[in-house]
Amino acid sequence: MAQKPKLAMYWASSCGGCEIALVNLNEKLLDVDAHFDFMFCPCLLDTKISDIEALPDGSLAITLFNGAIRTSENEEMAHLLRRKSKLLIAFGSCSSKGGIPALSNLSSKSDHFGTIYLDNVSLDNPQGILPQTRTTAPEGELELPEFYERVRHLAEIVEVDYFIPGCPPEPHQIWNVVEALVQGAQLPPKGSTLGGGKSTVCNECAHRKENKTIKKFYRTYEIVPDRERCLLEQGIVCMGIATRDGCGALCPQVNMPCTGCYGPPEGVLDQGAKMLSALGSVLDIGSSKDLSDQQISGRIDAAIEGLPDFAGTCYKYSLAASLLGGKSR
Amino acid sequence: MTAQAMTNVGTPVSESFEPKIVGFLCNWCSYAGADKAGSSQTPYPPNVAVIRVMCSGRVDPQFILDAFHKGADGVMILACHPGDCHYKEGNQRAVQRYRILLGLLEQFGIEKERCKFDYVSAGEGEKFVRVITEMVDTVKGLGPLTLPVRAY
Ligand code: FES
Repeated sequence: MAQKPKLAMYWASSCGGCEIALVNLNEKLLDVDAHFDFMFCPCLLDTKISDIEALPDGSLAITLFNGAIRTSENEEMAHLLRRKSKLLIAFGSCSSKGGIPALSNLSSKSDHFGTIYLDNVSLDNPQGILPQTRTTAPEGELELPEFYERVRHLAEIVEVDYFIPGCPPEPHQIWNVVEALVQGAQLPPKGSTLGGGKSTVCNECAHRKENKTIKKFYRTYEIVPDRERCLLEQGIVCMGIATRDGCGALCPQVNMPCTGCYGPPEGVLDQGAKMLSALGSVLDIGSSKDLSDQQISGRIDAAIEGLPDFAGTCYKYSLAASLLGGKSR
Repeated sequence: MTAQAMTNVGTPVSESFEPKIVGFLCNWCSYAGADKAGSSQTPYPPNVAVIRVMCSGRVDPQFILDAFHKGADGVMILACHPGDCHYKEGNQRAVQRYRILLGLLEQFGIEKERCKFDYVSAGEGEKFVRVITEMVDTVKGLGPLTLPVRAY
């Protein structure tokens, strides 16, 4: 029997949700197994990194790489799997755009270490011990990966062939991609996004849009939304308008505002800036003629009080790949 | 003010630092205002690279962030006065976006003084010169902007 092409899946700085999404293919997982030798996936299988290292370069047909790059170990694995794979696919939001881990780019490494190891009510660390990459213990020298200053997405480290968005990617979209690969379908140009649409979540959302403007923004606990009307037009920050479609608008369908996990739509450079543009457009503070600069600013600031954490809301999954990339130093 | 802004303000910045500033000027007002300043030969600092737009409402926030991303130390948006926008509400949208952007910049540790929105009409050549001069001075005081994506 001819050898099946090898499939790998690796988690860098991630939560494991991407692996769950793969398992959520349910019985289709058997089809994946029929077509591929699923040979490496630390979350599900027992193959070791040394097994991958032992393979000739380019032996893996496809690697689904999920998780962001937070540590030197994540980076090493990105390089190793790039070398060993014919197709390296950034799988999920973290790998594609930085995802939730990249929110930490709004603070520095020393801020993080300060909060986690030094300055916190639940801590007892009088000697101020911090993690070291090398420590000598009676048993010998211990090693830990280096914790980088900033979280990066995969394409900042190595060349990425394709991107599959989502936190996590929807199983039906994963299947679409796997099926296309199995059938040897003509793939779009390198660097394209697979398993997603080209428009926005609004395109798939059934809520009624009336092109209304809004007077103020609400946080989700402050309002019970009308089930039929567009959430954004009710003053709720729904990211659908600045997010790639392909998920089926699952969140707004159950009246939860979209949080933007499919990343920016095709052609958009920066998801947060796109959202900012939309929010600035729907806001209506009334006529500003005859108002002073200060009065105009005051009215706007009052209306946007319901947006206390703009960066956290609008770059929830795409901060590493944003134009600013993180906090400036 | 962010911690960084405070250290920057306190640090004497070398006199030789010439900030790069990108100015988005509305065709109908501030661009003409800049012309007026030019034709009346009022000198103003040469640090602002002017991009003419048809309305301040055309300034996508992506343009502003991209300017920072590509090396600008400051960005300005100059619009028609309230009520005078040729497309009715372009300037209102622009200022609404700008106010939200200020909060965003703060979260990214970028001093809000690096991004300025103001109203300059076609007749206000002098105001144009004043606004530009103040902006250049302010950004000179803050020093160069260092973003992690460029610095890393
Ligand atoms: S036309 Fe000048 S701001 Fe709209």
